[in-house]
This record gives sequence, structure tokens and C-alpha cells, in this order.
Amino acid sequence: MDGAEMSIYARMKGAEPLLSVRNLSKFYGSRIGCADVSFDLYPGEVLGIVGESGSGKSTLLSCLAGHQTPDEGRIAFDGRDMIAMAEPERRRLARSEQAFVHQSPRDGLRMGVSAGGNIGERLMAVGARNYGAIRETALDWLGRVEIDGARIDDRPSAFSGGMQQRLQIARNLVTAPRLVFMDEPTGGLDVSVQARLLDLLRGLVRDLGLSVVLVTHDLAVVRLLAHRLMVMKSGHVVEQGLTDQVLDDPQHGYTQLLVSSVLQV
Amino acid sequence: MITLKDVSKTFTLHNQGDGQSGAVIPVMAGVSLSVAPGECVALTGRSGAGKSTLMRMIHGNYLAASGEILVGGLDVAKASPREILALRREVLGYVSQFLRVVPRVATLDVVAEPLLTLGIPATEARARAATLLARLNLPERLWSLSPTTFSGGEQQRVNIARGFIHPYPAMLLDEPTASLDAANREVVLSLILEARARGAAILGIFHDEDARARVCDRLLDVTGFTPGLAA
Ligand SMILES: Nc1ncnc2c1ncn2[C@@H]1O[C@H](COP(=O)(O)OP(=O)(O)OP(=O)(O)O)[C@@H](O)[C@H]1O
Ligand SMILES: Nc1ncnc2c1ncn2[C@@H]1O[C@H](COP(=O)(O)OP(=O)(O)OP(=O)(O)O)[C@@H](O)[C@H]1O
Ligand SMILES: [Mg+2]
Ligand SMILES: [Mg+2]
Repeated sequence: MDGAEMSIYARMKGAEPLLSVRNLSKFYGSRIGCADVSFDLYPGEVLGIVGESGSGKSTLLSCLAGHQTPDEGRIAFDGRDMIAMAEPERRRLARSEQAFVHQSPRDGLRMGVSAGGNIGERLMAVGARNYGAIRETALDWLGRVEIDGARIDDRPSAFSGGMQQRLQIARNLVTAPRLVFMDEPTGGLDVSVQARLLDLLRGLVRDLGLSVVLVTHDLAVVRLLAHRLMVMKSGHVVEQGLTDQVLDDPQHGYTQLLVSSVLQV
Repeated sequence: MITLKDVSKTFTLHNQGDGQSGAVIPVMAGVSLSVAPGECVALTGRSGAGKSTLMRMIHGNYLAASGEILVGGLDVAKASPREILALRREVLGYVSQFLRVVPRVATLDVVAEPLLTLGIPATEARARAATLLARLNLPERLWSLSPTTFSGGEQQRVNIARGFIHPYPAMLLDEPTASLDAANREVVLSLILEARARGAAILGIFHDEDARARVCDRLLDVTGFTPGLAA
């Protein structure tokens, strides 16, 4: 029996990380944005990042997504050096293989374009041309994120906050990215809408084998969504590990405070 | 299948106690034990002796301070998060005392989920979940509802169904019969006996002495591993 179990670890040994980050730092003048961050993210893994306001979560995420240039450190995506890469190549890669879900749907959607257009636009950006096929795919994705297909020609401004967020997710995932960055994707939504979104994200991660870097201040959200957890304080990673282990048996004093200051998660 | 060698556990509460180092609480020391395939071992000892703590360390939920925790060839005490996730997915089943799920997800899907993460098609996973829920006498009208509003005994049966949906070679059971009526308790005991018969290595906590006597091959009193309590 042991032989069979051993093979699952052997299988894992061969796998390469999709995203590999080493000693990443970003400074705003003399202020630390994030400092000396290192981790590996494997295909199908969700990495949660938590920490108090101003701890550097968004700074780290925007460096990873190439929205900002880090001052120090290395980022490799699928073995390719993302910092040394020429800008057009980096943009092409970011568009086709990565996606970014913003906290506010307004930052991630085009509010003046129909729901179908929001999804179709992404497909066209990676080369889709056939109108019928694009509309078909847009309809399929509206269904996947539980938006009635009859709403395909409505603008997102006519949608509720939860629907807008689901549309933003559809727009980002339609091109089948391998890596998705999310900054507080369930923030600002009421609890029952959050739950539905969490379930949707879990299913998509599992079925599409997505890798996700998820920034949130909500420990209940990471508990349910993230496989691994990184805790940040003042720009530094103070603790990282298996999500339930970090939450149930936190080793660092700061994590212990963070966990004990919320009601049972 | 499950082997512990000289395992210890301390909790360091940084924001309690006096001085810089916080309060350091040793809760387990010198734990060595072994559970073979096809064997069921019960952990015993008074409340607070460390039964659940020991189980959580084997599951990778609590970090061991020292020692080796071998499950199916993996040393959980030193394993990476990724390896522990693979262990939980494929090798080590766990029935915890409490159910923790995404609100609003239907019971049938909650139970089927461990199979979906193993890549088993949804229709097959749901069919197996339905069979198990029926066997545990959970009324079919509840299957499409989220278990978050269920009674204690109903939630426990959902938890048990999740833990037994895949034939894990190793299993941890924390009070699996605690809030069940006689009929459902019988179903759970027969599930445990079947798992043992197919070769699973099982470590359990049972406050129910009769249940313990019926399914366990031997008892292991953890009091001997509790610092300050050992005879
Ligand atoms: N554009 C900027 N210019 C100067 N300082 C910045 C800038 N962006 C962020 N900072 C500073 O960098 C630090 C980290 O900020 P960041 O936005 O990454 O925090 P965060 O963890 O995302 O916080 P929140 O939870 O409030 O979103 C803070 O001290 C912040 O004031
Ligand atoms: N996360 C934690 N932080 C600090 N101390 C803890 C933690 N978890 C458990 N302990 C302590 O470890 C000791 C063992 O607790 P544990 O829950 O393992 O006991 P038990 O034998 O399962 O008891 P019971 O029969 O009441 O369930 C107790 O003193 C408990 O307070
Ligand atoms: Mg932020
Ligand atoms: Mg206990």
C-alpha cells in the first residue's frame, strides 16, 4: 500500500511552480511597500494573503501582476523572467495567461459596454473573430457565473454589486488564464452574495485547475478558498503555511493577534 | 500506515504570560505509536489530556514541535503544505467534531466534494454521495439544502459521509458517534468496521465505551504523553 501512496509525492516532485517569487521588494521613497517576499505557487493552488491595512498586500499583488515594477527581487512565470521581459511580450502574456479581478467591479469592467461585450472584448483581445462563436461563449460564461442569459445585452450599470462582480470574474476567466490575481473579490458584498461567489470560485478553481493569488482581510474567506496562507505585517511576510494550520495553530505573535481578534472563523 | 516517533507539542502564546517570550505551554511529549493497515486504535484519556491535539498534528492542522509523524510514507511534521494537501486528498480521511463548509452549498455537493477534488466526474460523485446519505438515514428532502442550518446529529452525519465517501487508506475519527441516535450510531459503527476490513488504518476518539469495544482493536491512553500528568 505504501508504494502507491509514495507515488503521489513522487508525482509532485516533478511539477514546476507556475509562479516563483524571490526576495521581492518595493519601496515608495523611504517607505516600505513590501519587502523580501518569496514563495512558489503551483498549478491549481490558491494562495491567500492577509494582513492589516497598509501591510503591503496590494503592493505585492500589483508587482506580481506587472502593474508596478519592483525595486528588488525576481518573478518567474512558467519559468520565464517577468521583470527582464520586454514590455510588449509581458503585456501579451498578462493578457492571455493571467487575469486580475479588482475589488471594485468598476475597475475591472467597462460600464458603458453590454455584459456580452465585456466578455467578448477579452476574447477578441486574444484573437477571436467569429461573432457567433464569441456570443455563444459569452452566453456560456454568463451561465457559469449564474447570470441569466437574457441579460446579455444589458449594461453592467443595471446589475447588482454581486452580479457585477460575477461578470468581472467571467470577463477575466473567459480566456482561460492559468493565473488569476484577486484583490478583495468578495469585499463590499453582503454575506449571502459572498457565499455564492465563494462557491463559484471554488468550483472554477477546481474544474479549470486555476492558480490564484488572493488578497483579502477576511479570514473566513481564506479559510474556505485558500490552500495556503501568507500573513503580512509592515511589508514583510511574518508567517506562511497551510491555511488551516496558520489559522488554528499560528506561530507568530502578530498572527495570533489577528486570529484572536475576530470571532470564530 | 500511521507511525509517530517521539512527537511533542508546545503552544507559545506570544500575547499572554509575562516577559518577551510569552506563555509556553507544553501539552504533549514523547508520543510514539503505530497503527497498522486494518487496525483501529482508540485514543483515551481525560478531557484536556491531548487526544484532539494529537489527531490534529497527524492531520497537519497543528505543527509538531519535534518528532516524526509518518502517514503512508510522508513525514507530516516536515512536509510542505502541498504534500499535506495531497495526503489529505488521497490518503488520509478525517472526520472532525464540527462541520465547516461554504454556506449555501447543497449537502449532496458538500459530501461529493472530496471526490471532485480527486477528479471523479460530478455525476458519479453525486451518486456515491446519495448512496451514503441514504445509508445514514439523512432525509432526501435535506440533500439540496445547505447543512449550515441542520441539527447537530444531521450535521454530524454529513461530516461522516464526507469522511467515508472515498476509501482512504488511513482515517482519523474525532467522536464520530457523539450526537447520534441508536440507529445511526449502528450505521456509523458498521462503516468503521467495513473500512477496517478493507485495510484502512484507523485512529479514533470515542467517548462511547461500547462503541469503542466493538470497533477498536486496542486502546491507547494519551495521559502517558501529557507533561505533568504521566504516572
Ligand atoms: N502609490 C503609493 N505611494 C506611496 N505610498 C504607497 C503607495 N501605495 C501604497 N503605499 C504605502 O505602502 C504601504 C502598503 O500599502 P498597500 O496598499 O500595499 O497596503 P494593503 O495591505 O493593500 O492595505 P489595505 O488592506 O488597506 O488595502 C502603505 O504604507 C501605503 O501607505
Ligand atoms: N490552539 C490551541 N492553543 C492553545 N492551547 C491549546 C490549543 N488547542 C489545544 N490546546 C490545549 O491543549 C491541551 C489538550 O487539548 P485537547 O483538545 O487535545 O484535549 P482532549 O484530550 O481532546 O480533550 P476533550 O476530551 O475535552 O476533547 C489542553 O490543555 C488545551 O487547552
Ligand atoms: Mg489593498
Ligand atoms: Mg477533544
